[in-house]
Order: sequence, then C-alpha cells, then structure tokens
Amino acid sequence: MQMRAWLLDPAPASRRQAQLGGWFRAWLAFRRNTLGMIGLGIVLLLIGVAAFAPLIVDPASALTQVLANRLQPSSWAHPFGTDELGRDILARVVFGARITLTIVVLVSLIVVPIGLAIGLPAGYFGGWIDAALMRFTDIFLAFPRLVLALAFAAALGPGIENAVIAIALTAWPPYARLARAETLTRRRSEFIQAAELQGASHLRIIATQIVPLCLPSVIIRLTLDMAGIILTAAGLGFLGLGAQPPSPEWGAMVSTGREVLLDQWWVATIPGLAIFVTSLGFNLLGDGLRDVSSGRG
Amino acid sequence: MSIILEHVTVSYGRGAKRFDAARNVTLSVAEGEAFGLVGESGSGKSTVLRAVAGLIAHAEGRVELAGEAMGKRRTTAQRKMVQMVFQDPYGSLHPNQTVDQTLSMPIAIHRLGDADRRVSAALEEVGLGPQHRFRYPHQLSGGQRQRIAIARALILEPRILLLDEPTSALDVSVQAEILNLLSRLRREHGLTMLMVSHDLAVIAHLCDRIAVMNRGEIVETTTAEALAAGNVSNPYTQQLLRSNRGFDPSGGELDLLGSDAIR
Repeated sequence: MQMRAWLLDPAPASRRQAQLGGWFRAWLAFRRNTLGMIGLGIVLLLIGVAAFAPLIVDPASALTQVLANRLQPSSWAHPFGTDELGRDILARVVFGARITLTIVVLVSLIVVPIGLAIGLPAGYFGGWIDAALMRFTDIFLAFPRLVLALAFAAALGPGIENAVIAIALTAWPPYARLARAETLTRRRSEFIQAAELQGASHLRIIATQIVPLCLPSVIIRLTLDMAGIILTAAGLGFLGLGAQPPSPEWGAMVSTGREVLLDQWWVATIPGLAIFVTSLGFNLLGDGLRDVSSGRG
Repeated sequence: MSIILEHVTVSYGRGAKRFDAARNVTLSVAEGEAFGLVGESGSGKSTVLRAVAGLIAHAEGRVELAGEAMGKRRTTAQRKMVQMVFQDPYGSLHPNQTVDQTLSMPIAIHRLGDADRRVSAALEEVGLGPQHRFRYPHQLSGGQRQRIAIARALILEPRILLLDEPTSALDVSVQAEILNLLSRLRREHGLTMLMVSHDLAVIAHLCDRIAVMNRGEIVETTTAEALAAGNVSNPYTQQLLRSNRGFDPSGGELDLLGSDAIR
C-alpha cells in the first residue's frame, strides 16, 4: 500500500518517481481492460515458453527423428502426438515459439526506425521533402504485402534472416504514414514553437518533442500488426521460403502436415493453433493498449 | 531602444494570392518599457508579435532587437534574448513532459549548466515550489501551467518578453494573479515587454503605451491613461473602446484578490 501511495503521489519528489508513477497509472488503466489483459497473458506466456523452452521439453526430441514412432496420436509420451519423422510435436511447437519471437522482435527493430526515419521528417519539414518521402512510401504500399515479401524472399534466398528482411521491407510504409500524420497534428503546436523559440535544433525538437508523442500510436500499431507479421512469416515458412527444415517453424510445420491432414490431423492443426493463439494474443493486447491510450487522450 | 520595427510587412502567399497579415508596422519600445498591441481577431497583432519572436520571417522592413538587426535566421544567442509566453497554457506545454523536463530543455540547449539550481530558482520566481517540479501538465491548473510557461521563458534570462494574450485562456481571478506576477517580474528584471491582447483592461493594467491595430496596420498609438480617459482620436479606436464593455475607464485596477498567491 505504501508503494502504491508513493507511485500515485500527485507531487512526486524526483524524476524517477514521476516516471514510475506515470507508468503505474497507465498500468492501472490497462488492468481494467479484460481482453487486453488476456492478450498480455498470452504474449507473456509466449515469451516465457520461448525463454524456458529447454526446461519445458527435452530439446533433443524436437529434432531427433524416430521413424518407428512416426505420426503417433496424442499419448502420455507425446501429448500432441508426433510428426511424419517421429519428432515430438509439443517440443517442436515450444521451440517454434523461439523462432516466432525472434522474427517478431527483429521485424519490429527494423520496421519502427525505418518508419520513423521516413515519416518524421516528412511531417516535420513538409514541402518537397514530404512529397519525395511519401511518394517513395507509396511505391512500397502499392504492392500487396505477401506478394512483395514472397518476391524478396525468393530473390534473397530462403532462410529465416531473409524472411525477416522481406517482411520488414514490406511492413514499414504504414509506420511512415502514421509517424507523418502524428507529426503533422503536432507540428503547429505551441510547445513546438516554444522549443523553436528557445533555439532548439530540428533534431532536438523531433527527438525530444515529437517522438515521445508518436511512439504510443506506433507501438499500438505494431502490436496490432504482430498477427500479420506472424502470419506472413508462417506463410513464407509454409511456402518453403522461410525457415528451412529441420527447424521447427510453425508455418513450415503446418506445411508438412498438410499431406496427412485427413488421417493425422494433429500434425498440421497443433502448430496452426499456436499461430492462431499467438496472433490473437497480440491483437487483444494491441486493442487493449489502443483503448487505454484513446480513453486517456 | 529595445525593440525597433521599421516598416515591417509580413505576408503569406505570393503574387496575386499574396496576403499581408501586417503592413508597414513601425513602432519602438524603450528598454524596460511595456508596450501593448490591441485589436480584434485578425488585426495582425499576433503576426507582429511572431515576427518579433522570429517565428515567422518578415517580408519587408527592419526588425531591430537590443540594437541588433535580425536576419532571416536567428542565432542561438539572438534566440536567448527574446522569449515568449503563449496564449494557451494547455497547448504550450508538452503533455508528456514533467515541469522539470520542460524547464531543463532550454538550459541544455544553451549549455547554461547548473540545471538543478536554475530550475528550482525559476519555479520559486513564478510562485511555485518543489512540489510542482515533477508534475505533468495534466496535474496542474491553468494558472499553474501559465506560471510554468512564464518560468520557461524567463529561465534563459531574456531581455525581451513577448506576451501573446497570456491571460485570455484563464479565469478572471487567475488572470489578475498572472498579470500581477508579470508586473513584478518586469520590475525586478527590467524586462522589456511587448504584449498582445484584445482586452483593453488587461493591456491597460500592464502597459504604458498602446498601439491599436486594425486590418494589419497600426491606426493609432496612445498611452494607457489616454485610452482609459477615452481621449482617443481615431474612429476605430473609439469604436473599440465602446465595444469593450466592462472596461473600467477609471484605470486598470485588476487586483481582484489582491494576491499573488501560491496554490
């Protein structure tokens, strides 16, 4: 209780207390959003599973082929059954969480900086800079995302790094437009003029005044896009352009299971469910974050 | 002379679409003087203020501040000399930054050093205390926000303070507090002030000399006393006086609460 009072103190005594108090208030608002909390739970579960994968399942069983044991249904030894090479599907799904999380994190790390680097100057400076940057963005937006990602993945060669690059190259344009729109609505604000009057450089104004205002909507957008990124990654894996065998990527697992879909449904269904639940989790989390931030603003 | 404007014209657009927001404005303000610009919305008074601040470039004429002619781009030292308090205390503070961050930024820009002491001194100067230092704007009242905006302007120790309707977004009682604060700061720091308002009472309270603007031009320059006495020659000024109902012709007595209270 003492901690709570300290965090909610209307007159914080230090920079750190003000910052932590702000976060705590946001958390209190978010906690009331049930669906958002479910989403957060799923995402945290995914992170936990990926982090502790070797403790949850035997790492060897994800990759060791036991042909005598192939396509077994659910049992105590293999709760989710085994695939066409006799590998434990539970172990593969658990280790697949690592791959999915890696893709999601890497794509975010590439997409957000590119989006901000294009969108912020476009909105801030306007004029021909805006026109040039936005036409460039339009070119990328004109292609359907999966088709462009396929083309990149095919050109770069199959593999998880190339899948990440392909997804990132197709995912950034909406972020550039979002950052530009957010910048435009703030560009004429009096606090920006006050910063100009104080002699702040353009770089300082963008970095300290505009970025903090753009980031929340960019993060929300990113969370909502996660499902799409996971699905695109799975789609590339399914078509053989993403992670390569024997790595336990969920999309590739669905792909190998489709040949035996009618008789051994679990081979394709279990990784499919993993994709579904993870996408749902990120979507619910993003929706929750959006509700909280719009309710506050 | 602290502020000299000679035949300053500010315009938007070019060619046939050119619109002069302010035309041929000439005025001068002495060191330590408070000068007021009045006029209705769209009369160009804020445009003149922004041209002095360097937020918009003037197309023609000459702007001289503290003996230095201003070019198209201001240097960092020139920026430090002129600061401004904006009309809307809700829009002029960054919503996601604490008071401390807002006040620390100008110190960082000009590498003044000793940020901690300067921030607490600036807060004290505008009648706020350490309990306000780490609050966000949404945790402050309108009057407190405007005090923060004033502290931010003064932290650079400018020679000239520009005021763009600094009280029009505030309650009447808070207006008086802010005006009294501004008078005190002007006295103590010998600040030159250029204030814009549509409210004759507010202008008369703070300013010695007043210029009346209409459609981008100065129609009359007069004193606060003459204005209060109704002793004006220009028909537009007379009309403006009449339209300012509630303007007390006996003078600019505004200390409703008689206080500069800390809340």
